[in-house]
Amino acid sequence: MATTDNEVKELIKREYEHGFVTEIEADTFEPGLNEDVIARLSAIKKEPEWMLEWRLKAYRRWLEMEEPDWAHVGYPKVDYNSISYYSAPKRKEDMPQSLDEVDPELLKTYEKLGIPLHEREKLAGVAVDAVFDSVSVATTFKEPLAKAGVIFCSISEAVRDYPELVQKYLGTVVPHGDNFFAGLNSAVFSDGTFVYVPKGVRCPMELSTYFRINAANTGQFERTLIIADEGSYVSYLEGCTAPMRDENQLHAAVVELVALDDAQIKYSTVQNWYPGDENGKGGIYNFVTKRGACIGKNSKISWTQVETGSAVTWKYPSCVLRGENSVGEFYSVALTHNYQQADTGTKMIHLGKNTRSTIISKGISAGKSSNAYRGLVKFGPGAEGARNFTQCDSLLIGDRCGAHTFPYIESKNKSAIVEHEATTSKVSDEQMFLCRQRGIDPEQAVSMIVNGFCKEVFKELPMEFAVEAGKLLEVSLEGSVG
Amino acid sequence: MLSIKNLHASVEGKEILKGINLEIKAGEVHAIMGPNGSGKSTLSQVLAGNDAFEVTEGEVTLNGDNLLDLETEERAREGIFLAFQYPVEIPGVSNLQFLRTAVNAMRKHKGQDEMNAAEFMKLAKEVSKQVDLDPAFLKRGVNEGFSGGEKKRNEIMQALLLQPKLAILDETDSGLDIDALKVVSDGVNALRSEDRAILMVTHYQRLLNHIVPDYVHVLAGGKIIKSGGRELALELEEKGYGWLGIKDDDTSN
Repeated sequence: MATTDNEVKELIKREYEHGFVTEIEADTFEPGLNEDVIARLSAIKKEPEWMLEWRLKAYRRWLEMEEPDWAHVGYPKVDYNSISYYSAPKRKEDMPQSLDEVDPELLKTYEKLGIPLHEREKLAGVAVDAVFDSVSVATTFKEPLAKAGVIFCSISEAVRDYPELVQKYLGTVVPHGDNFFAGLNSAVFSDGTFVYVPKGVRCPMELSTYFRINAANTGQFERTLIIADEGSYVSYLEGCTAPMRDENQLHAAVVELVALDDAQIKYSTVQNWYPGDENGKGGIYNFVTKRGACIGKNSKISWTQVETGSAVTWKYPSCVLRGENSVGEFYSVALTHNYQQADTGTKMIHLGKNTRSTIISKGISAGKSSNAYRGLVKFGPGAEGARNFTQCDSLLIGDRCGAHTFPYIESKNKSAIVEHEATTSKVSDEQMFLCRQRGIDPEQAVSMIVNGFCKEVFKELPMEFAVEAGKLLEVSLEGSVG
Repeated sequence: MLSIKNLHASVEGKEILKGINLEIKAGEVHAIMGPNGSGKSTLSQVLAGNDAFEVTEGEVTLNGDNLLDLETEERAREGIFLAFQYPVEIPGVSNLQFLRTAVNAMRKHKGQDEMNAAEFMKLAKEVSKQVDLDPAFLKRGVNEGFSGGEKKRNEIMQALLLQPKLAILDETDSGLDIDALKVVSDGVNALRSEDRAILMVTHYQRLLNHIVPDYVHVLAGGKIIKSGGRELALELEEKGYGWLGIKDDDTSN
């Protein structure tokens, strides 16, 4: 396009806006992983004996596992002994009892990120759990939620305060041995969010967790467990950012969702981890296992993700549709730019009768990036009358990027119906010319065209997040026109 | 207002425009007629700044400023508007959002405040009525699933919203039935004003019955070979392009 090289360079220079580092005193473990490290971690968290045993079992299993290499991504091998497995801001007290006791530096950090914890509490009606490196630093709106019977706290608190619930469900959806990264997470997970919505309760507000990696050379291994009891409903949002650093950092999370009879869980993610610079240096390795189990009849789990960050993404939010008439949904926008690599998609495992699933995936590649959709739709012998609809669309910007689609379909039931649609398109010169002829800047035109391409997914996001996601795409696409 | 001197342009190394000279003053309506392949559309695209075409010689000025130095979007902001012959679809982007973005880009350029969604909605609804488009079209994707006639009316609506200095209409009459032609022509006539010029590119005379031009030029082989008043178009209709010694390979008429 006719935009001059200088303009493009200027735009590229604009930096990742969440890339600052918070200067805060932290307790950080020496790098390295062994059973003693896990025992120390468990002790700091004052965990009961069973939790430590659970972690050690996972660790021993992990030692025997191989790192997966089937994804369409390439990165230097991670040295798991060079990572620190725990970093937490120093505090005088054991845990802050209210927001007023949270270190002001931390509150400032969240304000800079657009998550003013105090104000959110008053204004937006969204309850926030803020996780900073390895620990949850604040959870808002606890009281009104408690009145409704909803438990919303850090997973560390849940292990201590609600051991029955945690023991009953932890690891039931994503077991230790599920995959290499899930195994590692099970051994060393530091914090994360726990939600329990009791029978018949519609959670009175959106719940959200904001994850922030701050410390250098530290992995973040959060663990989230959400249980929606019979007939309940909850909508949960998660956002993520990290400082700009030259070294790659590992983020290996596990999220487990459990929906009982007639329950619904809506899980939305806006992932904006540091993607590395324009030469592919630095950035987060985002190796995440997210899975929901619709164990009850008529239950529903819906994943919506907007993935714009991370150097390498390996992520397949999935649904196991066990209950009769249960429904799984996956709506995804994955954008890669510069040297980013994403291998993302979903698995819909249909086990129960008349289970239904919908997959809408929008992949956008710019720069020299690589973007792959990988999806499995599987029908077990008992999945009478089950149906899936999949739509995978790829949009290319420029001619040095790649888009790939790897759909897998396995059916053991003849009555199951699968539909699969896939398209690949480019932001065309004609579209750009139309926009520019109407006086619109090339950058704004690309962002508008891409936003239009993602509309079907954005409309699934809660209002507030949809706006944020649109803006995020705009920022992430800067420098893509050239 | 617009001055074109010895304009040569090529696409993929093939020369299409071979020395165009044309002067257009504010308030005037010019029609460029010619057979297919004569370079009519190329001229409109080149004036609007489509990068697919390369200007190899000549100059174009708008109110004395060199137009060829400007990027497409800068030309648009200076008041050049092109109504496309085949408007492209932009799926998922609502017409309303697209139009507001365009109008605000212009306003920003002029140092005016941007219009908010409510203000713009009101304006857009009024203008859409002017070209007989249901305001429901504003919510649909840009040209997405529009019929040929709807696309053309949408283009004219954009001209009415953006109020250009020079509106270039590229085959705006093609594919229109007689009722749609009337609506589109009414829209174009509403654009006519003392400080605006209109350049119409068309194969057929019939559009000129509705939008009466001040000047008619015949383009053939990349050059203007004859210029005249309104009567030239009528003569062409009667005698065909062959009258001027031009081969017209279009048999659809």
